[in-house]
Amino acid sequence: MTIGLIHYLSVAAILFTIGVLGIFVNRKNIIVILMSIELILLAVNINLVAFSAYLHDVVGQIFAMFVLTVAAAEAAVGLAILVTFFRNRGDIAVDDASVMKG
Amino acid sequence: MDLQAIAFYLLAAITVASGLLVITARNPVHSVLFLILAFFTAAGLFVMLGAEFLAMLLVVVYVGAVAVLFLFVVMMLDVDFSQLREGFSRYLPIGMVVGGVLAIEMILVATTVANRGAASLNAAPANPDAALPNAEAIGRVLYTDYVYFFQAAGLVLLVAMIGAIVLTLRHRPGVRRQNIGNQVARTPESGMEIVQIKSGEGLSE
Repeated sequence: MTIGLIHYLSVAAILFTIGVLGIFVNRKNIIVILMSIELILLAVNINLVAFSAYLHDVVGQIFAMFVLTVAAAEAAVGLAILVTFFRNRGDIAVDDASVMKG
Repeated sequence: MDLQAIAFYLLAAITVASGLLVITARNPVHSVLFLILAFFTAAGLFVMLGAEFLAMLLVVVYVGAVAVLFLFVVMMLDVDFSQLREGFSRYLPIGMVVGGVLAIEMILVATTVANRGAASLNAAPANPDAALPNAEAIGRVLYTDYVYFFQAAGLVLLVAMIGAIVLTLRHRPGVRRQNIGNQVARTPESGMEIVQIKSGEGLSE
């Protein structure tokens, strides 16, 4: 049995689903939500690299690099916001994070 | 079953299992460690696809920087994490239903794309030996056609860095800091006072 494109796409789809499920079930824990977002972006990267490999076109890997960049920036800013929020509130429960609601 | 298939199924199983453990682990430190494992095995999948440069980038950037940043924050925040898990079992059934539908839909679409799309013309991933090395191939495209996107990515990272610093920097009141300007501007006249004290009398402030 040879490994084809569909195998990689299936792994990426399952990983994406796990990320979405993680956001569903850990509604209060913002650290795990951020990690779930990282999982989702990893699934996107696997898709991009798989298509890049099977289309024999390197541009997909360049897009994956940009996704990686944005994911790193998002993690840095998200964790900085989390630290600031914890410093002000002494807690990281997402349900309480509605002080900026109009 | 050849060696490639064994390697693929091993890596895929570890990736999916560690992804599941990321969202179900009770201790967030374990979550971060399983996230590192997921990234590491995904890097193995990238190597199997012939994308060695991205695989190394994933290990260096994610395992070396982002995951360690997560670990820092998890360990730095003194939070009762068991309290944050409430609602886990309440949202699990609906999450499983939505996730199952999502996964089945995506795999169906992926099957169609893989069998009928343009990618079905090539039965094997790009052979790394045939053409340029992977890093060179990426560099030739990245620094020519996509050079402005590359610069924009650098700008994104710069803005994120400044944002993170601005968000977390704080000046506590009452903390005495070294003011180099004041120190350099100090003269003997301003820093020293000569007091004549008569003998027998103390210096009363």
